[in-house]
Amino acid sequence: MYLYDEFDQRMVDERVAQFRDQTRRFLAGRLSEDDFKALGLRNGLYIQRYAPMLRIAIPYGLLSSRQLRKLASIARKYDRGYGHFSTRQNLQLNWPKLKDVPEILAELATVQMHAIQTSGNCVRNVTTDHFAGVAPDEIVDSFVWCELIRQWSTFNPEFSYLPRKFKIAVNGAVADRAATYVHDIELHALKNAEGEIGFKVIVGGGLGRTPLVGHVIREFLPWRHLLTYLDAILRVYNPFGRRDNIHKARIKILLKDRGPDKFREEVEAEWTHLKDGAATLVEEEVRRIESRFTRPRYEKLEDIRYPQVPSSFTAWMKRNVHPHRQPGYAAVTVSLKKTGVPPSDVTAEQMDVLAELADHHSFGELRVTHEQNLVFADVRQAELHGLWQQLRALGLATPNVGLLTNIIACPGGDFCSLANAKSIPVAAAIQERFDDLDHLHDIGELDLNISGCMNACGHHHVGHIGILGVDKNGEEWYQIEINGNQAPASLGKIIGPSFARADVPDVIERLIETYLQQRDSENERFVEVVHRIGLEPLKRNVYARPDQAPAARRERAAA
Amino acid sequence: MPVLIKHRRLAENAPPPDLVLEAGDDPALVAGALGQARVVAVRFAKFGDGRAYSIARLLRERHGYKGELRAVGEVGRDQLYNMAQCGFDAFELRAGEDPQEALSAFGDFTTSYQSTTAQPPPLFRRRLDTPPFA
Repeated sequence: MYLYDEFDQRMVDERVAQFRDQTRRFLAGRLSEDDFKALGLRNGLYIQRYAPMLRIAIPYGLLSSRQLRKLASIARKYDRGYGHFSTRQNLQLNWPKLKDVPEILAELATVQMHAIQTSGNCVRNVTTDHFAGVAPDEIVDSFVWCELIRQWSTFNPEFSYLPRKFKIAVNGAVADRAATYVHDIELHALKNAEGEIGFKVIVGGGLGRTPLVGHVIREFLPWRHLLTYLDAILRVYNPFGRRDNIHKARIKILLKDRGPDKFREEVEAEWTHLKDGAATLVEEEVRRIESRFTRPRYEKLEDIRYPQVPSSFTAWMKRNVHPHRQPGYAAVTVSLKKTGVPPSDVTAEQMDVLAELADHHSFGELRVTHEQNLVFADVRQAELHGLWQQLRALGLATPNVGLLTNIIACPGGDFCSLANAKSIPVAAAIQERFDDLDHLHDIGELDLNISGCMNACGHHHVGHIGILGVDKNGEEWYQIEINGNQAPASLGKIIGPSFARADVPDVIERLIETYLQQRDSENERFVEVVHRIGLEPLKRNVYARPDQAPAARRERAAA
Repeated sequence: MPVLIKHRRLAENAPPPDLVLEAGDDPALVAGALGQARVVAVRFAKFGDGRAYSIARLLRERHGYKGELRAVGEVGRDQLYNMAQCGFDAFELRAGEDPQEALSAFGDFTTSYQSTTAQPPPLFRRRLDTPPFA
């Protein structure tokens, strides 16, 4: 964990006081509804379908057991006893009362937490690899750079009212585990020939209604220049990003309109003024931030080999346990995707037990992943079996990480006022259909993502199978995309006309059926088969069935 | 008569600006005229339109403007702290704002993390200059 110093704490405390005053003025009728809405958004407060929604920041997904206990207590005291982890590695409460929000923020501040900039047109929570600090393929510890960016972005006076929301992701490892190419800015750590650390800078990725993969605008940015270069990018975006049309306001549209080369020239021209200025990073600061992170005190251990006999434990080991760079340790994914539970909802009771488990098995820390699961990053391999038993008792040991039922889903029409269609019942129906674990493991790696509208909070464009809820004359329909991928990023293609909700599990089953027939071996993943054979054979199997003729589908939907 | 806050107190009078920049204007275009200007106003077109913050910083930091820099248009209490950080030193409040409440806005935060016009060394520089156990 990064531990606040007095400045960090004061900044958060002052924010609580500021928002308390804003709420007071609003409730007294001295602040307009529009203004309060915009100010509330900067504190994570949305007005939703049934109640306000509060999105609590979990900077770069890193959470201490003490903080998780506080979240549990807040969920109990001010909400309905559960929370929802988001793809932005944050936690959402769906039922707080407006008048309680200042109090909730004050409670959060006592454990060095806040809801700053979790919504609104500003720089949002910076996200990263959930295996930062423990991955064998790590180049730099991305948490350190994320914290530097967090401080740079927090209440940035010049960039607090951007044309649109702004998402930054950092990847510090060789593999890209943070879906970085679909962010406004993506930073990939590198070491050059001299061993100097720097970043590849990618700009203009994003999902939503105009999904785009980012462009590399600088191959190597030495680390000292990180903040001045971010300033330069935002200096170009702030005045020139479109403000006349909310759907064309993200930086990806500016980059597309300008063209990557022209955009790069503008950023570099701006940067000549800022380069080597006051915001240039210095080694002492990077070391200071590094030293404020608590570090696990690893014991000297040997790796342990578990017997490979088929069992539920072995299945969990295979899917949910990941390599660690420290001998004798492993990282464990706690699956929040159990069939029958809304994806990534966690009850206050589960939070309390997870905090306890984190204390006993993982140095009191957890991470939230962009796939909406939790991670214990530093588990002694000898304790894996015991941990698995305890997680299983909580319903949090579903061995499905990387598999079809590990569904990324937005809250959808059950909660969100933007949604065209529900997501949670679709996820539930698919999970039920593929509930047979042997079959699920046989299908192998497959990302299935669901968004309830084209804002794409469920990342459907980068699912191997993506499902998008659409509205047709007031009815919920679902479009299916295939061929998307998180990293290397590629965007899915729509297979054809959309389906009624009841048909979605059948359609997924047909896609899987074709895949299983066509794959050359168990090692050829769904996404690779789609890549090799193209969309046609899969489409044929889905649409050739008589019961999938549009007339039959309409009839069934009407029934 | 709109209320003007200048140097963190209510101003007695408000001389008209020599130059007014709209949110979409490029400050470089008026750079030549800044030397003779005493009051430059930059308009906040809408509550959520943040372009004027960048304009202010460019006028101060790149074009060296030293005179009064006045925020006009949608200028509300809750933006004053950021505006001051970006180099504004005069604020023409929009209708309906309580002047006394507005005056308290400058104390919303003690400091900023960033390098700003009002405080060029970023917090990390200032932290490094402070001995850890002072």
